[in-house]
Amino acid sequence: MAALIRRYGTGLTGIIIALTTFWLIVLVILPYFDLFESSFRPYLPAADVGGPKDVYSLSNYITIFQNPAEFNIGLFGFTFPISVAIHMWVFVLTILFSVLTTLTSLVLCYPLAYYMAKVIDPKRLSTFLLLLVVPMWVSELLRAFAWFILLAFKGPLTIVLQNLGIITDPIHWTWGLGGFSGVIVTLVYVYILFMLFPIYNSMTSLDTNQLEAAQDLGAKSWQTHWRVVVPHCKPGIASGCVTVFMLAVGSLLVPTLLSSPSSRWFTEVIYSRMFDENDWNGGAAYAFILLFVCTIFVSLTMRLFKVGLADIAK
Amino acid sequence: MTASVELRGVTMDFGTYRAVDNVDVKIEPGEFFSFLGPSGCGKTTILRMVSGFIEPTKGDVLIGDQNMKGIGPNKRPTAMIFQNLALFPLMTVWENIAFGLEMRGVDKPTRRKRAEELLELVELPGVADRFASQLSGGQRQRVAIARALAVEPKVMLLDEPLSALDLKLRQHMRAELRAIQKRTNVTFIYITHDQGEALAMSDRVAVMSRGEIQQIDVPQNIYNTPANGFVASFVGENNKFVGQLTSSKKYKTDVGEFAVTLGQGVTAQSKTRLYVRPEHVTFTAKPKAGTNAIAAHVEDVSFEGNFASIHMRDKTGRRLTAELRNDPTNPPPAVGSATNVTFDAEKALVLLDSDATAYAEKE
Ligand SMILES: Nc1ncnc2c1ncn2[C@@H]1O[C@H](COP(=O)(O)OP(=O)(O)O)[C@@H](O)[C@H]1O
Ligand SMILES: [Mg+2]
Repeated sequence: MAALIRRYGTGLTGIIIALTTFWLIVLVILPYFDLFESSFRPYLPAADVGGPKDVYSLSNYITIFQNPAEFNIGLFGFTFPISVAIHMWVFVLTILFSVLTTLTSLVLCYPLAYYMAKVIDPKRLSTFLLLLVVPMWVSELLRAFAWFILLAFKGPLTIVLQNLGIITDPIHWTWGLGGFSGVIVTLVYVYILFMLFPIYNSMTSLDTNQLEAAQDLGAKSWQTHWRVVVPHCKPGIASGCVTVFMLAVGSLLVPTLLSSPSSRWFTEVIYSRMFDENDWNGGAAYAFILLFVCTIFVSLTMRLFKVGLADIAK
Repeated sequence: MTASVELRGVTMDFGTYRAVDNVDVKIEPGEFFSFLGPSGCGKTTILRMVSGFIEPTKGDVLIGDQNMKGIGPNKRPTAMIFQNLALFPLMTVWENIAFGLEMRGVDKPTRRKRAEELLELVELPGVADRFASQLSGGQRQRVAIARALAVEPKVMLLDEPLSALDLKLRQHMRAELRAIQKRTNVTFIYITHDQGEALAMSDRVAVMSRGEIQQIDVPQNIYNTPANGFVASFVGENNKFVGQLTSSKKYKTDVGEFAVTLGQGVTAQSKTRLYVRPEHVTFTAKPKAGTNAIAAHVEDVSFEGNFASIHMRDKTGRRLTAELRNDPTNPPPAVGSATNVTFDAEKALVLLDSDATAYAEKE
C-alpha cells in the first residue's frame, strides 16, 4: 500500500483501489450474494414476492432428494434396479463422469507432457506446441460440434469402425448410460490443454540429472517415474486435475450437444430449472449444491494426496 | 568390490561433431584415475559412455572384462556422482542414500541401517532425517558420495564433484575422497579441469584435448615430462619460446641459442616450442659462457609467503616468470633491476606443437 502510494501518488492509488473495490463488490460479490440469498426463498408469482409466503427455507435444496425413480445398474454381469431421486442420480453421475474425464485427460497428458519436456528435440518443440494449440483457437462450440458429427448414430466414426471390422452393429455414442462416452470424449478434447500445460510446466522444472541419477542407481523406468517424476510434478498434476474437473462438472455446452435425456449432466438440470421452469431460486440452489460439493470434493482429494493450495498456485 | 575399466577405440559423434576421438585406455581395478582437460574436451561424454547413458559411435567399453554394449545404466556396476550432485530434493538424506537399495527391493529397516552406516563412513552422522536443502555444500557432497556407495558399485564415476565448493572445502574434500577411495578400494574415475586436483588425488592422469587423449601417466611424469606442448601448457605455468632446432641438443630462438632436452617425437622438421617452468629459472648477475641465459628486466615481484613470483620482460618484450622459494639469504632481484635468468638444459624442454597447443592458448 505504502509502496503503491510512493510509486503512483495518492490520486492514482486512490483510483486504482476504488476501481478494484468496485469490481470486487459490485461485479463479483453482490451478484453471488443475491443468487445465494434467493436460493433460500421459494419461487413465487411476482405478486407474492416479499409477501407472507416469501420466507427462507431449505426446500429448494431438498428437492434434489425428491422424485425417486428406478434405475438399472449393471455390475459384473448382474443387473439390479435401484431407486434414487432423479436429480440426485444425475448429480452423482455428473461427478463420477467428471472424475472419469479428469482421469482420462491425466492418463493422456502425463506421457505427452513427459515427451515434450524431456524427450523431444527442443528444436522441434515449438512446432509440436503449435500443433497442440492451433485447434484451441477454434471456438469451443465448433469443436464440440465436430465431435457431435463424428459421433452421430451411424456417423463417420461408426462407419470407419465398421469398415475396419472392429464393430458390426452401430453404437449409440450419445444415448443411454453409454451415451456418456460422447460427453466424456468431447470434454477431454475440449479441456485437455488445461491438463497438459500445468503438468508440462512442472516437468520442465525437473532436472534431467535427477532422472539419470535414479536410473544410475538402478531404478527401472516406472520406478523413476513413481519415485522422482510424479512427486516432483504433483502440484502440476493436482492443478491440472482440479481445473479439468471443475470445467467438466460446470460445462453446459458439451453435454447440451452430446448427451441424451438418459445421460443428462447436472448443469443441464440447473439450466432447465432456471430457463425452462423459470425457477431461478431453485436453479440457484442447485448451482450452489454443485459448487459446494465440488469444492469439498476437491479439497478432500487434495488432502488425500497431500497437496496444498499454495503448491498449486506455484 | 572393484573392477577394471577399459575403453577400446572409443569414438563418440554428436551429429557431425566428434566429441571423443578414438580413446584407448585401461584403468586398473582399485585405481584412482583422472581425466583432465579444458571444458568441452569430452570428459563428461566419456563418463556417460562408461555409465551407459550413451553408447559410443565406435569402439567398446569393458568393465571387469565384460563388454557393456547394450547394457543400460541401471544394470551396470557403476555409480555416478553428478556435477550438480542431483540429490533428490523431496526425499530425506537417508532416503536419498537408500534409494538404490529401495530400487533393489531391500526392506525398510535394513535400508535405514545401511544409510546410517554410510553416513558414518562419510563422517556425517545425525543428519539422516534432514533434507538435502538443509545441508551445506560439503555435507551435500558427502551425501552424494554415500548415495553412490550404497549400491556397492565396482566403479565410481565422479564428474567435477568439487567444482561447486569453495577453495578451503575443496582442499579438504580432496583428501577425503582419496581416503574413501583407499578405504573402499573401488575404482574411481574422476573428471576435472583443475590440474591441481588431478595431480594431487590420482594414481594416473589422462590429459585430454578436443576429444583426444594427449598423455596418460602418473602425475609426476605428466608435470615433469609432458608429452607435448598442450600438456605442458595445460598443466602448470611455462615460459615459452618459439624457435628452431639447430642441432640435436641446440634450440635457436629470438633471444639466443640454448642447450635443451628433446621431448617425445621431436625432430628437426617438427613444429616445436621451448618450455621452461618458472620454478626452474634461476638468477645470475654474470652468467658463464655456454649456460642458458636471457637478459631480462624485472617488472614486478609478488611475495606469496613460501615463494615469490618474479615477473620480467626480455629484450623482445616477452613476459618471463620465475618462482623462487622463500630464502632470506637469497632474496629475489629488486623491481626495476636488470638481471639474467638462467636455466639448465635438463629443464629446458622442446615439445611438439600440435593443433591442441594452439587451442590451449585460446582457452
Ligand atoms: N548430447 C549432446 N549433443 C550434442 N553435443 C554434445 C552433447 N553432449 C556433449 N556435446 C558436445 O560435446 C563436447 C564435449 O562435451 P563434454 O563431454 O560435456 O565436455 P566436458 O565434460 O569435457 O566439458 C562439447 O562441445 C559439447 O557441446
Ligand atoms: Mg563436463
